[in-house]
Amino acid sequence: MRNDGLFIAVEIDDTITADAELAKKLTEACPVDIFAVADTGGVELVEGNIDECVLCGLCLAAAPAGAVKIIKIYDEEALLTR
Amino acid sequence: MSILIDQNTTFIIQGITGREAVNLTRECLDYGSKIVGGVTPGRKGREVHGVPVFDTVEQVIEHNGGAVPDGSVVTVPPAGTRDAVFEALHAGIKTIVVVTERIPRRDVAMMVELADAKGARIIGPNCLGVIVPGVAKMGGIGGPARNAAVAYQPGSVGVMSRSGGMTTEISSTLTAAGLGVSTAVSIGGDAIIGSTYAELMPFFEADEQTEAIVIYTEPGGRMEAQLAQWVKDNDSRLPIIAFMAGKFMDDEEMQGMSFGHAGTIVEGKEDSATEKIARLEAAGIPVVQRIDEIPDLVKAKIAERSAA
Amino acid sequence: MRFFEYEAREIVKRAGIPVTDYGFTTDATEAKEIAQRIGGPTVIKSQVLTGGRMKAGGVKFADTPEEAQAHAKDILALEINGHMPRGVLVDPKAQVEQEYYAGVVWDGTAKKPLMLFSDMGGIDIEQVAEEHPDHVGRGHFSTLEPFSDFQAKQVIAAAGVTGRALQRATPVLARLARLFLENDMTLAEINPLAELKDGSFVALDAHMEMENEGMPRQKALLGALGIGAQEGTREGHTPTAFEEAVKAIDAADHRGVIQGKDTGFTGNIGLVIGAGGGSLTLTDAVRQQGGKPANYSEIGGNPSVAKACGLAKQVLRLEGVEKIAVMMSIVSNTRVDIVARGVIKACLELGKDPGETIAIFRIPGAWEEEGFKILDSYGIEYCDRSVSLWEAAGRAVAKIEKAAA
Repeated sequence: MRNDGLFIAVEIDDTITADAELAKKLTEACPVDIFAVADTGGVELVEGNIDECVLCGLCLAAAPAGAVKIIKIYDEEALLTR
Repeated sequence: MSILIDQNTTFIIQGITGREAVNLTRECLDYGSKIVGGVTPGRKGREVHGVPVFDTVEQVIEHNGGAVPDGSVVTVPPAGTRDAVFEALHAGIKTIVVVTERIPRRDVAMMVELADAKGARIIGPNCLGVIVPGVAKMGGIGGPARNAAVAYQPGSVGVMSRSGGMTTEISSTLTAAGLGVSTAVSIGGDAIIGSTYAELMPFFEADEQTEAIVIYTEPGGRMEAQLAQWVKDNDSRLPIIAFMAGKFMDDEEMQGMSFGHAGTIVEGKEDSATEKIARLEAAGIPVVQRIDEIPDLVKAKIAERSAA
Repeated sequence: MRFFEYEAREIVKRAGIPVTDYGFTTDATEAKEIAQRIGGPTVIKSQVLTGGRMKAGGVKFADTPEEAQAHAKDILALEINGHMPRGVLVDPKAQVEQEYYAGVVWDGTAKKPLMLFSDMGGIDIEQVAEEHPDHVGRGHFSTLEPFSDFQAKQVIAAAGVTGRALQRATPVLARLARLFLENDMTLAEINPLAELKDGSFVALDAHMEMENEGMPRQKALLGALGIGAQEGTREGHTPTAFEEAVKAIDAADHRGVIQGKDTGFTGNIGLVIGAGGGSLTLTDAVRQQGGKPANYSEIGGNPSVAKACGLAKQVLRLEGVEKIAVMMSIVSNTRVDIVARGVIKACLELGKDPGETIAIFRIPGAWEEEGFKILDSYGIEYCDRSVSLWEAAGRAVAKIEKAAA
């Protein structure tokens, strides 16, 4: 699942989007509320908040390696690393 | 050398668990400052970037074997600031940086009066604190350590500014010109502050590293008149250069409006930019039109003094 | 916040300082009734938050209730310096023996409240101080020690007042000093303070200003005066649509602080600038290089993308604004990349090309590397700290004036 803002895109590996535990962790970790727990219990992206990303990397730390990608659209799709 | 703080200065952060305070703690630690504890009532037992948190200032002192810290950075909400400062003063702390904005004037006057009675000094309120480049910083001044390192290099010029951001802008200009900064003090933008230009001048005067002073000033208040008087009354060895912002506020269509800091309200003719510039210049303090003119003028003034 | 005279007199009265038996009304018929109750000659005074009402015809004397009604009707319809009156005060015409001045203000240099007293009341105290300094007594007082009446007595005596007047005026000035501190005032003034034929003292006019920062803890007094939160701080002018919009954007999001003003600005250069001191410096720099700002603004405290975007959009919607200059003094808390995203977003959402619309972007400091990458990708002209505030403002003026010509 990938969702694009103007500056930032967030990509979540499709194999983990249904993970309720991870959804909760990501929601708690993100300081600008990009992640939410979906009605189904999985991860949901809050479209309006994606461009508020402060590049803190806390979501990368909360998820299994490589499962969440923060993409800088303005920087030739460079990935945020920790 | 430096003024107000040095490499041995110990201090605490009151309100350490607040969002901005957490950042400020990280920045100061990274810069090499010695933070010996934090206070947030009800949060005893926590840690902020390794700094232990206590309920009272007394507990911090106890934790440190009875050693009273030299200073405190107070960053608590306005309604609780007076109490926090009183607590620090009663504990015997002598240098207090008050970061909080929007504190009622009565409370500020009370803090300052108690500080005077206790032989202590308040910097601020509504300020970013003090930085001695390459040595220590007390407050958010200059931001994260790596940013502060770019703007502030050790040198010969003392900086005092009513605007926190402009303290960095001016210091960066001095650093880029190779002059550097001895100590920079963000003195605060409110109508009543703990330490005015004139009150800090004797400290710079006694600091051998400092060879000149740059001040950033704004309309509102009588602080510049006080400095002009100080210069007339004291045979200072330090040349002073001033920059005045907010000249547009002198225009008729801007009368009665407030801009910028709480203290930037023109309440009388003496408060206006034009009047202040005249006063400063009459006291031999040149007022530059542009920040980028400052370094050359500082160099010229230092050369002038050493030739005399 | 400034109080109307009828409110200021109520504050004085609550502090135990005698006032005349006045009445406040918004209705001319009621003014007549008040005058009837008072009996005898009255003064009808416009209630406006501006000076010069006497000159403007906002103060009139009446011998009969009918005359009071007629004057009230005129004054209620009289605009003074752009202000319509809140109502009128109907005041008994006092038999004045002597007019005095009593006031308390803050002295920022001494960092203490300062009492002023003069036996030359009814005129501007600054004028008295200049022309008759020996008729003005002054004295600071502590904010920590309880106020003692002798402190007021000394100030009155220093103005050359003695005898019964000194004794009668002392509790008035003492009460004024106490109310000044207790109510978080920045100005508390009774002028004139009148000594009547019978030797009693009464406040004939009062001027009070409360510090905005003190208002949250003065709700009891404000409530008793019928002043609700909706009145705000009664700034000198009515906020414009731009000012209201910026305020609403700021209030909607706790991250960072934005402010905007366009009252008094009529130019074509949209300013998205910060922080406090940087904004003052940049506004001067634009004007001194021949530019005409369309507005003043302040960005500070690390705002969100949405907040920076909101401010930029409002500036771009101002009449005559085609381009904006985005400039700040070196930032250490506010982030360059976040502001860059916000202003670009504003352009795009209004269907404008960011590279064309943003004349210059000069915000050096925290996260500038990231910010510059964003600006590069949209072809926006930007600069780092090696370009001074003055130079950046000059570039903005040159670009915008050239485009407008």
